[in-house]
Amino acid sequence: MAEFDPKIVAFVCNWCTYAGADLTGTSRMKYSPQVSVIRFPCTGRIDFMLLLKAFAGGADGVIVSGCHPNDCHYSSGNFHARRRWIVFRGLLDFLGIDVRRVRFSWVSAAEGAKWAQLVNETVEQVRVLGPHRAYQRLRGLGVG
Amino acid sequence: MKTGFYPGCSMKGSAREYSESLLAVARELGRELPEVPDWNCCGATAAHNLDRDLALALPARILAAAERQGMAEVLVPCAACYSRLSVTRHELLEDEELRRRISALVAADYRGSARVLNIIEWLEAVPDLEARVRAPFARKVACYYGCLLVRPAGIVKFDRPEDPQSLDRLMRRLGAEPIDWAFKTECCGAGFSVSRTDLVAELSGRILEDAVSRGAEAVIVACPMCHLNLDMRRPNIEKRAGRKFRIPVIYVTQAVGLAMGLKTKALGLQRHKVSPSALLAPASVQPAAGATSASGDSPAGAGSPAGERRP
Amino acid sequence: MARIGVFVCHCGENISATVDVARVASEAAKIPGVVHSVDYKYMCSDPGQQLVKAAIQEKGLTGVVVAACSPRMHEPTFRRACAEAGLNPFLCEMANIREHCSWVHEKGEATTHKAIDIVRTLVAKVKKNRALQPIKVPVTKTALVLGGGIAGIQAALDIANAGHKVILVEKEPSIGGHMSQLSETFPTLDCSQCILTPRMVEVAQHPNITLHSYSELEGLDGFIGNFKARIRRKARSLDEKLCTGCGLCTQKCPLRRIPSEFDAGLGLRPAIYVPFPQAVPNKPVIDREHCTYYRTGKCRLCEKVCPTQAIRFDQPDEIVEADVGAVVVATGFDIKHADFFPEYGYGKYKDVIDGLQFERLASASGPTLGEIRRPSDGKVPETVAFIACAGSRDPAKGIEYCSKICCMYTAKHAMLYRHKVHHGRPVVFYMDIRAGGKMYEEFVRRAMEEDGVQYVRGRVSRIYERGGKLVVKGADTLLGARPVELEADLVVLATAGVAQPGAEDLAQRLHVSYDAHRFYAEAHPKLRPVETNTAGIFLAGACQAPKDIPESVAQASGAAAKVGALFSQSELVREPLIAVVDRQAPPVYSSCSGCFLCQGACPYQAIKREEIRGRDGQLIKTVAKVNPGLCQGCGTCVALCRSKSIDIQGYSHEQVYSEVLALLNRGERDG
Repeated sequence: MAEFDPKIVAFVCNWCTYAGADLTGTSRMKYSPQVSVIRFPCTGRIDFMLLLKAFAGGADGVIVSGCHPNDCHYSSGNFHARRRWIVFRGLLDFLGIDVRRVRFSWVSAAEGAKWAQLVNETVEQVRVLGPHRAYQRLRGLGVG
Repeated sequence: MKTGFYPGCSMKGSAREYSESLLAVARELGRELPEVPDWNCCGATAAHNLDRDLALALPARILAAAERQGMAEVLVPCAACYSRLSVTRHELLEDEELRRRISALVAADYRGSARVLNIIEWLEAVPDLEARVRAPFARKVACYYGCLLVRPAGIVKFDRPEDPQSLDRLMRRLGAEPIDWAFKTECCGAGFSVSRTDLVAELSGRILEDAVSRGAEAVIVACPMCHLNLDMRRPNIEKRAGRKFRIPVIYVTQAVGLAMGLKTKALGLQRHKVSPSALLAPASVQPAAGATSASGDSPAGAGSPAGERRP
Repeated sequence: MARIGVFVCHCGENISATVDVARVASEAAKIPGVVHSVDYKYMCSDPGQQLVKAAIQEKGLTGVVVAACSPRMHEPTFRRACAEAGLNPFLCEMANIREHCSWVHEKGEATTHKAIDIVRTLVAKVKKNRALQPIKVPVTKTALVLGGGIAGIQAALDIANAGHKVILVEKEPSIGGHMSQLSETFPTLDCSQCILTPRMVEVAQHPNITLHSYSELEGLDGFIGNFKARIRRKARSLDEKLCTGCGLCTQKCPLRRIPSEFDAGLGLRPAIYVPFPQAVPNKPVIDREHCTYYRTGKCRLCEKVCPTQAIRFDQPDEIVEADVGAVVVATGFDIKHADFFPEYGYGKYKDVIDGLQFERLASASGPTLGEIRRPSDGKVPETVAFIACAGSRDPAKGIEYCSKICCMYTAKHAMLYRHKVHHGRPVVFYMDIRAGGKMYEEFVRRAMEEDGVQYVRGRVSRIYERGGKLVVKGADTLLGARPVELEADLVVLATAGVAQPGAEDLAQRLHVSYDAHRFYAEAHPKLRPVETNTAGIFLAGACQAPKDIPESVAQASGAAAKVGALFSQSELVREPLIAVVDRQAPPVYSSCSGCFLCQGACPYQAIKREEIRGRDGQLIKTVAKVNPGLCQGCGTCVALCRSKSIDIQGYSHEQVYSEVLALLNRGERDG
């Protein structure tokens, strides 16, 4: 049986994780191509409804990653994101989406290797969880 | 939490007194130490020079057996065995593919759940050790760690590799005064014990020389191989050095046993080549500070600097 | 109707080796709204940019997607090209198919697919882009230079000489930094103080430079051209205006047993002290931690002897606020200290010292007046072991990098020792000799050949004391890894150069990034070595990575030139990627309900309350308003807004939702 190739959307901040993923590239480290990145100025900008939109649109997993605590380019955006994430977990659970489909992480501009590892681990994790089929239900709820 | 005991070959043979003293101390502490059932050789110095799979399979089989018994940790008093078991667990946890292959080789699903403990970790975790001290081991001691207890640092993650402190701390809890010396982790000659006794005589000789010159009354070891070289090879050492060394070499468990007031016979002290009888005479160091100064709660590597002396 | 152009770059073979670029271009052409799609070998080259410009004009493009490298690399390039062809630059987006695709995945179907996905995503985004006008902000033509070592001094002088105001902040009582501690400098062996002190005096006397010594940066707000700095002037415990620097107080202070920081702990100083005779400013400071008066309430001898009554025991710290347009960070480095090398007995044996301590021993102004005497008993050492790479290039110690300066200063130390102790035996243990630099290799050769310094290639495993000597155990790897044992009287460790202890804290105050070793990160490792990722903040010297004096000075002048370029304009153009609050025609006026959640979350205090009033002056509603000068565009308010009344230009709701849907192949229905 062919291995399931999950579709993963990564929401990352411009200053740390996007730059960290650039560094993964300049260092020529290899990782799984199942992830595509959408750039934001800051994780603080990430409206978590976007995550639901991604699941509703057929994503199997989501990564949210920004600067490490205290390293935010805008000083506190990542803390907002972290707090939002803590609340959001409850909503995910309520919606019946396995929380393990979302990885929340910090990857700095110097952590090219960590980005590759984060992607690979997420792909592995989502592979184990299998395709996300609940989105039809979500769309039924009017989210999609 | 169940702690298993992996003796390895030395503890059943040349280092029988290590095993005897350990079990005597465990009995006194009321700790059970069931042996890992149907254990085999860890591969020691030979296997990893010959065949990597074999070197991993032998310890994996032991650890898998321990896991089957529900043992959360395995005490491995021999430093060489400790090294092999630690390295195996590390490598197999790092590499899933390798873990599967080795598991298949030993016909057991090795998971890596059981932690590998060395003798110092096991003793350090005794919370009321000070309270158990009946006859403080008030001696100046040279704590000799040897090479395998603290290395490779990234794998065993125990104490700091260049200037370990854990055994020193432990000995202080027994009332001893560890000397500050430079040979804590120098090589004793190890496996050359049989094939190149001249090398062993040279290397072990330097260790004893430094310990003696700094006033140590005993060398404390935690490895059968170190003990063998420092104790049993004493005639070769003395011949090469052209001088006599009377300093006894005892196992850490024997020192703990003596401090707890256990009988010398029970601790196997009569089995050494170099008689430790001097250690049974009245003590040389005032014990008062020792048994109360150190506590087991400081993390490995964060202890007091080596040069620190009590006033 | 959108008319989008897609331009797929091969980047030589950087992209085309793993991505089928022709297919990316042909697939992109099928995306609704795409009217033009081509691939080209080097899109960023002049002919490549011409392709973009020509297409904009010929096809009347309303948006451009360049599928190439990271936007952090070439977004400005292509936005400029678009502007030149008459297209608003904010209608151009980069699809990063190099760093995020071709470089990180193997050649194959999946990789090409991903590249197409990325292009589709950015096409969806660009369709929702709006033409934006850059924001103009004024520039305060004053520079803040942090750190008064040689890098900070050089940067301050260069900026001041260009006619701009400079505020120089130094945390120690005197400027001069590590360079003032050095004895001689490689490769010329000219005296460090002799070349440095004239510069220090120049700083003190320069009409454009305001010096805040014994001061630290409390905080920095604002943005390029418009920073607000808060500087803490720590209490010197004396009135600097009255103090004449006569030095009577320092001579009379009865407490003289405090290890001198300037002498790297080898000398002693009183509680009221000037770090060194040539200090700038030459005004003492009271060390309140040690001073008898602060400890016991008695003494005040300095106060009694001061001819101008300048001592102020109750002086508080003072906070100074300053408007600055640019910041040069030149906070320097530190070296690894005791307890990092238990195997070398550093911190345990008095005669195992570090390189900075040896500098003080060799310095004519040092504790031994330039005679090489070992700290334990003051004897002249007969044999000195110099150990290079003490900590550096040692992954086991967590420092993988080369500290860069040690090979050279170790050769210098051995040489100076030999010049001062003619019969002495210097032995250098080294891994490799890295002497790249003008006259550097020749200098090391001279140490070996003319001064007879013995070089042993091998690392030292342990140092211990035996009979008053230090036994250095190592290996000579050029003689078949033969073990070497050397009895030395003094050991000098070239300990690793590391970031300043407070480096992380300062970086967080400045919002600049730093690497795993807490050295500050430059904007680009090759092409933007003096800039940080935060506009308007520049780097100079060893706070960025270990470097020697010439390099620090060069970088400082580079940073000063950057500041000069910034200050050459009276207005700055900023990207308009900022938040805006919804405003619409009456009777709604704005969907903002005035909850002001956004106001509390904004890290820049950029959100104000605005009252909307009718023609009759009656208050209709109070809504949020973004101050475009203060907003930095983080978007925290956008995610927080419950009625989605606040949006951020460049990352608007429309744009990011379109991206998500396009990425998942669902966005094109409404193409």
